[in-house]
Amino acid sequence: MKLRNYIIRRLALLIPILIGVTLLTFTISHVIPADVARHFAGGAKANPETIARIREEMHLDEPLYKQYGYYLNDLIHGDLGECYTERRPVTEAIKQYLPATAELTILAMVMAIFIGIITGVVSAVKRNSWIDHVTRLIAITGVSMPIFWLALMLQLAFAYKYPILPLDSRLGIGVVAPNHITGLYVFDSLVTGNFTALKSSIYHLILPSITLSFASLAIILRITRSSMLEIVRSDYIRTARAKGLRERTVIYKHALRNALIPTITVAGINFAYLLGGAVLTETIFNWPGMGRFAVAAVNNLDFPSVMGFTLIAAIVMVTANLIVDLLYSVLDPRVRLGD
Amino acid sequence: MKELLKVKGLKTYFYTYEGVVKALEGINFDIYKGESIGLVGETGCGKSVTALSIMRLIQWPPGKIIEGEITLDGKDLLKISEEEMRNIRGAEISMIFQEPMSSLNPVFTIGSQITEAITLHQDVDKKEAEKRSLDMLNLVRMPDAEKVLKQYPHELSGGMQQRAMIAMALSCKPSLLIADEPTTALDVTVQAQILDLIRELNEEIDSSMLLITHDLGVVAQVCDRVAVMYAGYIVEIGTVKQIFKNPYHPYTKGLMYAIPKIHVETKRLEVIRGVVPNLITPPSGCRFHPRCDHAMDVCKKKAPPTVKVEDGHYVACFLHGGVK
Amino acid sequence: MGFFDEWKKRNESRIKETKFTLNLFRHSFLSMLGLVLILLMILTALFAPFIATEHPNYVTLINPQGQRVTEQRWEIHFEEKLEPISSKHLFGTNDYGYDIFSMIVYGSRLSIKIALMVVVTALIIGVVLGALAGYFGGWMDEIVMRVTDIFFSIPGLILAMAFTAALGRSIEHVMYAMIIVWWPVYTRIIRAQVLKTREETYVEAARSLGTTDLKIIFKHILPNSFAPLFVQVTMDMGAVVLTAAGLSFIGLGASPGTAEWGLMISTGRAYIFQAWWYVFFPGMAIVLFVLGFNLLGDGLRDVLDPKLRR
Repeated sequence: MKLRNYIIRRLALLIPILIGVTLLTFTISHVIPADVARHFAGGAKANPETIARIREEMHLDEPLYKQYGYYLNDLIHGDLGECYTERRPVTEAIKQYLPATAELTILAMVMAIFIGIITGVVSAVKRNSWIDHVTRLIAITGVSMPIFWLALMLQLAFAYKYPILPLDSRLGIGVVAPNHITGLYVFDSLVTGNFTALKSSIYHLILPSITLSFASLAIILRITRSSMLEIVRSDYIRTARAKGLRERTVIYKHALRNALIPTITVAGINFAYLLGGAVLTETIFNWPGMGRFAVAAVNNLDFPSVMGFTLIAAIVMVTANLIVDLLYSVLDPRVRLGD
Repeated sequence: MKELLKVKGLKTYFYTYEGVVKALEGINFDIYKGESIGLVGETGCGKSVTALSIMRLIQWPPGKIIEGEITLDGKDLLKISEEEMRNIRGAEISMIFQEPMSSLNPVFTIGSQITEAITLHQDVDKKEAEKRSLDMLNLVRMPDAEKVLKQYPHELSGGMQQRAMIAMALSCKPSLLIADEPTTALDVTVQAQILDLIRELNEEIDSSMLLITHDLGVVAQVCDRVAVMYAGYIVEIGTVKQIFKNPYHPYTKGLMYAIPKIHVETKRLEVIRGVVPNLITPPSGCRFHPRCDHAMDVCKKKAPPTVKVEDGHYVACFLHGGVK
Repeated sequence: MGFFDEWKKRNESRIKETKFTLNLFRHSFLSMLGLVLILLMILTALFAPFIATEHPNYVTLINPQGQRVTEQRWEIHFEEKLEPISSKHLFGTNDYGYDIFSMIVYGSRLSIKIALMVVVTALIIGVVLGALAGYFGGWMDEIVMRVTDIFFSIPGLILAMAFTAALGRSIEHVMYAMIIVWWPVYTRIIRAQVLKTREETYVEAARSLGTTDLKIIFKHILPNSFAPLFVQVTMDMGAVVLTAAGLSFIGLGASPGTAEWGLMISTGRAYIFQAWWYVFFPGMAIVLFVLGFNLLGDGLRDVLDPKLRR
């Protein structure tokens, strides 16, 4: 019962935050020193009449609060403006590019969580063994590497020197994308029985997902390890052993369940880095997703696209935080039922 | 009385950064069937270490049982395999701890934690185990037992948590229950309730109990016999009546005199002068000699042997024998 | 030297604790390694003109936005372009014939400058806002919390991208954008600490003596709030450089031709299969820089954690 109230409360808090985000994106888009109207009219050689028309269309001469009103109104109607480079609604571009990013990001997140937690636990249990030292070394180098450099090194090693994996893109040359159901190629090709596409899309996912997940994996590994080390010294673990439970049960049932709590929290915070990393990863691997779209938009001064992209990223973050909060309340009964 | 557990020459050391802590330096005592024996001493004297050593729960690093013999039912617990020991833990010997709040896993319900102990050691299905968990909670007089089964540790009061722990510990009908300061972390009124409960349970169930405490009052209330520990040694052991009425060891005497008596007029409270020794560099010979008003030369050189002063009453002190 | 001896006596326990901390620290191999790496970076930056074999020139010009800027220009040597590692060019040359080793050496100056400026500025803003929010509470606290919430809802890199795109491409704008991204972190940390310290009895005591709020904040609360910051600030030095490199890589930061590590990787990407050193060495420089601060930060965290100390 209280869980439902908790969810409702969190959802209600979402709204002011999202409004705040729109305020932020609005502010950013009005910090632009360049003359936006001139920019959209064609730049230096623009026709003054065209510039004036665009100024009116974009309400640029009206007071700021009114402009914000127009902006919010557009947003509520799902209008994110027109993409400058591609001459189509930003929402359309996002719809096209979102699945690719989603597939990559979700895979990377899942990898980071699973591998991170398992290695973290093993590292903690075999503390100070060579396994522990190696994983800790890899972990700390993992968070010290620029993700785009890691991507390039992986490409150099596995797509060039020892070419066992594809260099970039979502599918091999000549391979046709599976029939569109969700836009996630692995899922779609599996469901439609398109095994060429399935194989190709999996192969192409390997390097980008390893790249993207690496830093997050390292962080999750570290938090799991340190939580486990701390928890293993607690009183209730002593009780569990005193009950006569096997060590494996003590670790994987009693200790891990508690260690997941701070781990989930950290994973949630880390999601922001994952999204940022997606931008860089997609650039290197020529991945047709939101990240690559964002980089192009930023370089072309396509402000509607940049703002639209930023807004979408914020919505994803906020949703992810909500999910983490919910998970947290599921994992920790003290949060759920108590104060 | 028949012996249940026999501890002989138990030595447990802890290897720390600052040096080797010689926590137990060869202790000997027996626990008889159906009795309740108290293990008394100041903080740091090795009472908890004794309990954990019996359970073979001393974690390496940094602790290690160096030598000794702990015989239960003819088996030396220090020599059997880990798997055999696990079967004994929670089933034949179980233990409850001082801080019930932190000793229960916060993410599992009370019911599931008790049921876990039952299904681990007894061949019953889940439903039967749950029923037995409820029976155990009723046994420990837990108010609203059905509701408590589904609750989490943080939802219970300290007293209820300790009852839950007792229920869990007794769920597999152990022959020996070790209680490590079970009431120290509780309010005084709750303390009394839990002690009453323990005393009643002792009479209802056929288990022996090793009660570890620093509080002589608790010992007087609940125990049949008592062993007094100091700095890793058992310095005196006997029935509660013998120890309280007739303490022989200077330390025991000091403890008895330190208890304020309501009916006697006193100006100052009695204390045992000095401080508890550092167990990395313990005093030579008898570890109590720096604080003892009757220390003799031999006390500084050799550890005193245990001598019998009455039937069932033993002391480790050169004042009462052992000097040749 | 009566005064010094007196000071020593008054602060005896604090000195003892500090000595113990430093000793613990000294015994951690990884922390010392981190310190060494950082010193390496600092020394390289300081003595760049003596370590590098080639040196850049600086020109002042008007950029497309009409602003006056100073940019780095290296000497072009097309005849030496894309040469591998040699005794003359320790890390090889790039597509314009610049000596990559020298570029990396000068790049350390830029990296340290960026890291320091961003972290220090964000820290100042964060401490001020966080202390005010935490100490005075009420609506001030609410506003600060909501605003930081909003900033935390947008991934750091993406927010920095948006800001830099809006302001215009330059290293300075990258720094402003990163300051905007980073201040909420420090605000939250200081606020949490202030909230904790505020309830301490010695603050109550000071207040009952009539001490002004400002003095309480500066004398009692802030000094006790800095501990978690040490670790965060150290790690952030590395994180800032990573983000700045990422932004330059995308094309938002340094102008072409500048010896910025991220930018070098970006241009080097086109030649990765012919001249791997163009991408490899700038990346390694970043790794060593960030690794140094991460190791140091880790070491500090272990050393300062009261549970792990003894």
